Amino acid sequence: MTDQRTIAVTVNGVRHDLEVETRLTLADCLRHQIGLTGTHVGCEHGVCGACTVLVDGQAVRSCLMLAVQSDGAMITTVEGMAGEDGSLHPLQQAFHENHGLQCGFCTPGVLMTLMEYLQHNPAPTEAEVREALSGNLCRCTGYQGIVAAALDAAGHMRQDRSPDRVQGNKVSGS
Amino acid sequence: MTARLFEPRYGRLEDLALLTGKGRYVDDIHLPGMLEVAFVRSPHGHATFSSIDTSAALALPGVHAVYTYADVVRTLTSDHIPPDQVVDSFPATTWPYILPADEVCFVGEAVAAVVAESRYIAEDAAALVVVDYEPLPAVPNCRAAAEAGSPTVHRHAVDNIVTRFTVDYGDVEMAFADAQHVFGFSLKQHRGGAHSIEGRGVVANYDPHAHQLTIWTSTQTAHKSRDAAVELFDMDESRVRVIVPDVGGGFGGKNTVYPEEVMTNMASRLLGRPVKWIEDRREHFLAAVQERDQEWDVEVAADGDGRIQGVRGTIYHDQGAYTLLGLHVPHNAAIAVPGPYHVPNYCVDVVVTETNKVGTIPVRGAGYPEGNFTIERILDRIARELGLDRAEVRRRNLIPGSAIPYEMPMKTREGTPMIYESGDFTHCFETALEASGHAGFAERQAAARAEGRFIGIGVANMVKVTGRGPFETATVRVGRSGKVVVYTSAMAMGQGTKTGLAQICAEQLGIEPNLITVVTVDTASSPIGIGAYGSRNTVNAGNSVHLAAGQVRDKAIRVAAHTFGVDADAIEIGGGEARLKDDPSKSLSFKDIAKALGAAKGLPIPKDMDIGFEATARFRPPDVTYSNATHVVEVEVDPEIGAVTLLRYVVVNDSGVLINPTLVEGQLQGGVAHGIGNALYEWMGYDENAQPVITNFAEYLLPSSTAVPNIEITHVETPSTLNPLGVKGAGESGVIAVAGAVVSAVENALEPFGVWISEAPIAPARIVELIEEAKTDG
Amino acid sequence: MKPPPFDYHDPRSLDDALDLLAGKENAKLLAGGQSMMPMLNMRFVQPDDIIDLNRIPELSSITEDGGRVRIGAMTRQYMLERSPVIRDRCPIIIEALRYVGHIQTRNRGTIGGSLCHLDPSAELPTVAQGLDATVHVSSKRGARTLAMTEFPAFYMTPAIEPDEIVTAVEFEPWPDGHGYAFLEFARRHGDFAIVGVAVMVALASDGSVSRASVTLGGVGSGPLRCSAAEKIAIGSDGGDAAMREAAETCRDIDAMEDVHVSAAYRCQLAATLTRRALRMAYDRAANREAVA
Repeated sequence: MTDQRTIAVTVNGVRHDLEVETRLTLADCLRHQIGLTGTHVGCEHGVCGACTVLVDGQAVRSCLMLAVQSDGAMITTVEGMAGEDGSLHPLQQAFHENHGLQCGFCTPGVLMTLMEYLQHNPAPTEAEVREALSGNLCRCTGYQGIVAAALDAAGHMRQDRSPDRVQGNKVSGS
Repeated sequence: MTARLFEPRYGRLEDLALLTGKGRYVDDIHLPGMLEVAFVRSPHGHATFSSIDTSAALALPGVHAVYTYADVVRTLTSDHIPPDQVVDSFPATTWPYILPADEVCFVGEAVAAVVAESRYIAEDAAALVVVDYEPLPAVPNCRAAAEAGSPTVHRHAVDNIVTRFTVDYGDVEMAFADAQHVFGFSLKQHRGGAHSIEGRGVVANYDPHAHQLTIWTSTQTAHKSRDAAVELFDMDESRVRVIVPDVGGGFGGKNTVYPEEVMTNMASRLLGRPVKWIEDRREHFLAAVQERDQEWDVEVAADGDGRIQGVRGTIYHDQGAYTLLGLHVPHNAAIAVPGPYHVPNYCVDVVVTETNKVGTIPVRGAGYPEGNFTIERILDRIARELGLDRAEVRRRNLIPGSAIPYEMPMKTREGTPMIYESGDFTHCFETALEASGHAGFAERQAAARAEGRFIGIGVANMVKVTGRGPFETATVRVGRSGKVVVYTSAMAMGQGTKTGLAQICAEQLGIEPNLITVVTVDTASSPIGIGAYGSRNTVNAGNSVHLAAGQVRDKAIRVAAHTFGVDADAIEIGGGEARLKDDPSKSLSFKDIAKALGAAKGLPIPKDMDIGFEATARFRPPDVTYSNATHVVEVEVDPEIGAVTLLRYVVVNDSGVLINPTLVEGQLQGGVAHGIGNALYEWMGYDENAQPVITNFAEYLLPSSTAVPNIEITHVETPSTLNPLGVKGAGESGVIAVAGAVVSAVENALEPFGVWISEAPIAPARIVELIEEAKTDG
Repeated sequence: MKPPPFDYHDPRSLDDALDLLAGKENAKLLAGGQSMMPMLNMRFVQPDDIIDLNRIPELSSITEDGGRVRIGAMTRQYMLERSPVIRDRCPIIIEALRYVGHIQTRNRGTIGGSLCHLDPSAELPTVAQGLDATVHVSSKRGARTLAMTEFPAFYMTPAIEPDEIVTAVEFEPWPDGHGYAFLEFARRHGDFAIVGVAVMVALASDGSVSRASVTLGGVGSGPLRCSAAEKIAIGSDGGDAAMREAAETCRDIDAMEDVHVSAAYRCQLAATLTRRALRMAYDRAANREAVA
């Protein structure tokens, strides 16, 4: 029998106790074992970025991690972005408003990359956003809508963070 | 156009699901008891084999089956993919095998399918299958393939020529005999992949009790998939249902029925269980179609003012090892050369050759990028030789707006006259020069050169055939719920098809687009349809929705008029009801009308009206319609490194009436990005044994976010005269002119070095090499 | 593209890892995984055992002690990017890291992994060579050190035994106020470079170059120290003529070629980038505005 391990991971706030094959990638574990298919697999060699998720708050390529390595970790996927009431995260809202997606396949990875990036760099320039996104390939959009959405979202998120705004004031879903 | 009922830049209806991880792509489908497939693929460009030993693979725990050629012939009605069109003159070896019997003709050709509990185990087992290959000489290049004495791509073939044909008009010999100037050169356009970020994939579920095969496939042509299954499994159409889930991009790579899909269906049929195959990226590099592999020898005859008198030449088109989609690409390339320019005499011989590489079929652009690159290089050559401004040479050769409609002295692929029925090429051209500040460029360039910077500008014009028929289906139906559903054979793969079609339907029915559900392809609800390719969805499906929704609207009006005993023109429609214009309190909701037309007892309907609050339309465009565009790009080249930076990119595009400009801009931006890949980055290398030297995204360079500038778009909306909505296609309009414009700009930047570029993509190393060569020559 | 089967081990200490490694015939160490995982997914490597070093905290640290900076092998690239010690003492590492992959790969990738993978154009081995770094290696048999110059054995293969683990890299930072520049040319941002160069210079009080380090990546199977360029630079006034003369020595390198580029192009890049990097490094040392 192939090598198995029991692991516990918390994904979008929910704890999962799993028996995994040790060679199982984190991407396949999220998609097929936990059933969160919002994370996509585009190249399985760490270039396209479609499988990007947050592991302990950091954007990583989930095709380049074994599921067993995430034992004890806190993971966020695209399914964890919207509020409990269904209200979209400002990034999601900005992608909708700026035509930041077409087929939607690369989108979850792009969103996850930006989730971390905008935390470290809340007021990026366009060139900085392009550099931050250089590890996420998109064949549909030419990146124009994506970059516009990222800059737009950064603005909204800065406002949301500013002390004179009521906390938790999220942009509502469409 | 009259004022629109709804904001044209309507937000996409697709977004909410896709942004929250609730999209449903083929690999998101998981059925109980599902097995997964991995393929054993040829490591050789060309080889024979006599046996495949599957015993070790079958012995591996978790493996359910390993299928080879013998299983194909005992199960299916043919060992070939059903040809998409029969061309009698083609050699018998032309069409791809489902699995080959004893010969492999490209690296990556599948020879066996392994079915196992998981893809992991299937790959373990695939590595244990032993094939006794005997390598044969392989043919990697289309020009060499055409030479007498070349090894053959298929061992029993007499040569590698699929076919030869000529596209010509006028008197090209006379034009060259009388010409003041004749210039000749050769060009290469290299092949690239479709590379949707989602690869191909299929889930097949054969239910033995119902004798029913359900197929979820990531495709651009669901009906072809259905028809292939019907034919190969000898089932009738009621037994095969193809459902297209969310598709993560197509770009031509999903525009044919592949062996992998047939084998997945076959595995499910034989095992009576759901079976899944998901293409990985390496498989996409090896076994998904590619395009743009052509070599050209061309000559142009020009007068002293730089006006083209004639063009002649030969195209060597690389068809790959098998023909998956007729002659679309080489034919398009040949007829695309004149494009928006007046070329009075023309003759090109097209040599379509096989090579030991994966097949080529249209990838976003379908031969038009190749043809356009050629004419734009020709115009630059004329300017260079005659010392004329490159934009001015284009201006002198463009077909003027006043000449439209303009009948080209050529036939379309269907054999009908080729007519540019609308559009204004010179207007787009002048608008683009204005928008890009072309007049001031020489000054900017001189200033930059004074600082040691090399900037250049390039201009290219293109025409693209769009909206090819014969039709797509749209059924607009309002059920007892009162809710509107559009069922269409149109394929959605990221273009925003559902949003656009909902907008078209909404205009007719007077309800918000977001209240309309659009169901794209499911052959159960849309059994008749064609597919998404050739920039044809909006023309075909859009007009079908428009017509069907119009009929539904008429029904609503007539039922209301009948009910209230008034004339139809006393009724207005809006807010989900039909009501008296003068007395809105007298109204019938869509629910009421659906009930009446659903033949509920006691509700009166006009006697001559069809039952059902619904209508189906299949708009048949009388002819293709042409989009056109002018692209202007400004670049900076670092001549020591060969690096090219795109500083500015301007597009003036005419795709007819725009249903949703935002969606069209998305298509154009993505198309330009793809063109930037073709111009500068995407190179699919093969060695002398036809072995691909690049099979990963680290080396095959898709344009990334730092490689693509913002695209500045100006729309020109000249309505098409050939369909009720006045629309033209846009999906491929962005890609076609890019390589010509970018290469021209790079050359312009390097003018002090005297570089001439005859290939795309043009890599930095090659640019440095060309500068060195020019220095030596100079 | 799924990893082949293997037995997985995640030791919690270096000693445990060394014990495991000593007993395995066909084992691979898993550091950040940004190169190893693609090779596993593509089945280019098929180990019987994977020994994961990610749960060994003692291998992850950045310290400065006795005038030397020591970086634990499992220190992730993003940690280096954000480290005040690195920023203050050897900023060239941070400049080089900007070119290393992308946010997502730097969050996982480690310095030890990069050194051991030893891609010919990788940035960190090039910088380590330029810093005259020492590599610390351990096995059950004991610990030893290698100079970075001795570390590459041949193409993508470090000079360490199968039972050895790289535990740290250590170097003496250049004096405060030194000039530095890391430049490379890659086709797209974050791609493997075709050629990269790490340059550091220190100036004498008269503004002449007192010390120089020039190291190229991507021209040979490992980082290449350009002593000819250094010799010309040292003692020079740092003017354009001297920098050009120093850089031109790169044209004599016997560079490798592959399906993408020729040896001549690599030499062209080496000379161009070296000239520009020398200029930048000198100007930084001289507190002038540096332009790439």
